[in-house]
Amino acid sequence: MKPAPFDYVAPTTIAEACAILDEAGGGATVIAGGQTLMPLLNLRMSQPFILVDINKIPELQGITKETGFTRVGPVTRQCDVLTNADLARDLPVLVQAVRHVGHHQTRNRGTVGGSIALGEPAAELPATSVALGAMIEVSSVRGTRQVAAHDFYLGPYMTMLEPDELVTAIRFPDWPANHITLFREVAQRPGDFALVGVVGALAIEGGAIARAGIAWFGMGPTPIKARQAEAALIGQSLDSIDPAAIAALALADTAPFDDHHATAEYRRTVGKRIFASTLGAILTLGEAA
Amino acid sequence: MSEHQISVTVNGRPLHGQVESRVSLGDFLRIDGGYTGVHLGCEHGVCGACTVIVDGKAVRSCLMLAVQADGSDVTTAEGLAEPDGTLHPVQQTMREEHALQCGFCTPGVVMTLAALTAGDARPTEEALIGALSGHICRCTGYQGIRRAAKRLAADAGARAGEVA
Repeated sequence: MKPAPFDYVAPTTIAEACAILDEAGGGATVIAGGQTLMPLLNLRMSQPFILVDINKIPELQGITKETGFTRVGPVTRQCDVLTNADLARDLPVLVQAVRHVGHHQTRNRGTVGGSIALGEPAAELPATSVALGAMIEVSSVRGTRQVAAHDFYLGPYMTMLEPDELVTAIRFPDWPANHITLFREVAQRPGDFALVGVVGALAIEGGAIARAGIAWFGMGPTPIKARQAEAALIGQSLDSIDPAAIAALALADTAPFDDHHATAEYRRTVGKRIFASTLGAILTLGEAA
Repeated sequence: MSEHQISVTVNGRPLHGQVESRVSLGDFLRIDGGYTGVHLGCEHGVCGACTVIVDGKAVRSCLMLAVQADGSDVTTAEGLAEPDGTLHPVQQTMREEHALQCGFCTPGVVMTLAALTAGDARPTEEALIGALSGHICRCTGYQGIRRAAKRLAADAGARAGEVA
């Protein structure tokens, strides 16, 4: 239960980190909060030659509001999201999701970017970035590119990130001030990865849904954007929506699997129920507002 | 395999060492520092026994490298009681509420509660009980630990009342 030997470097700029990743030719692993990576190292499921610690790069930290989006530095600690007043106002569902990530003690070191870059399919933050339409900024010595979160995830722990690339920001687009949010997960214990979860945001204009962003977690090999449900919701007035019908559409986009925690059938059954009940509840709130 | 010269302040005292990059903060504290109040259980962040306070926050010392703690201020269970042996309020409360059985998980629990009740913090009962989800007591002595946490929250509330 001790890691295999590795070299450790702690660059202080993005350029330096990218140069190290480039030279390492795939032998390097980036560590941010380390709350998932350290167990993998301890269990020797991950054996990098070089560990690149990005905690000392100031450019990767902090939360800033820019025109049209909120930029979250990847090394922003999860505990800092919970106490950030701007996020509580602008992106409440991100704060809601972070409350379910790990435990108090792991949120004190765990980062937003670490969770998003890792791509655990049952984790809260990858799905939240997909639901909200986040852009993931990725840098290397070859340049910087923006990847939409829904294109970023390829499979369990597999993403578009090349071995020489580093996540340098997550851009969460603005949602209207009066948008309503949905978040629900079913897990065996607090802090566990979800068996099934759903996260999203709905923007309402004149009593009808103008914009919808909804994603599942724990319902397939990646976080899954509920495209059919989103499309069906747009333009509908709040009082005409049938939550069960939308839930059925949302379920059509999923590909849940059996594992030793739950069967695919369980995930589909529970997923449909939590989707319908959560959507029903927030629509009632939306009508009241 | 790189080695690093590091300096950490542990319970107010300096601790210097030459560490391999793969050494966890927990192992550094136990082996180089002799702070055996740091209990390493699962070594993958699940059990919570290794929890220490780093720069004011409760973290898993098995999920942090010693080299990452260079320059940090660390508190372990050894650093809580007064030099004359007077127990820290968290320790005293846990003792009174029978919040320990075999004691393996205890240092971690104590450090989490101490971090959350430090200074003039006013944690809610919900916050303290919620943070306990990050600890596993294999004796299943949770009710005593919960009683201690509830009393600590009530005491913090009462202190706040006095100030106000």
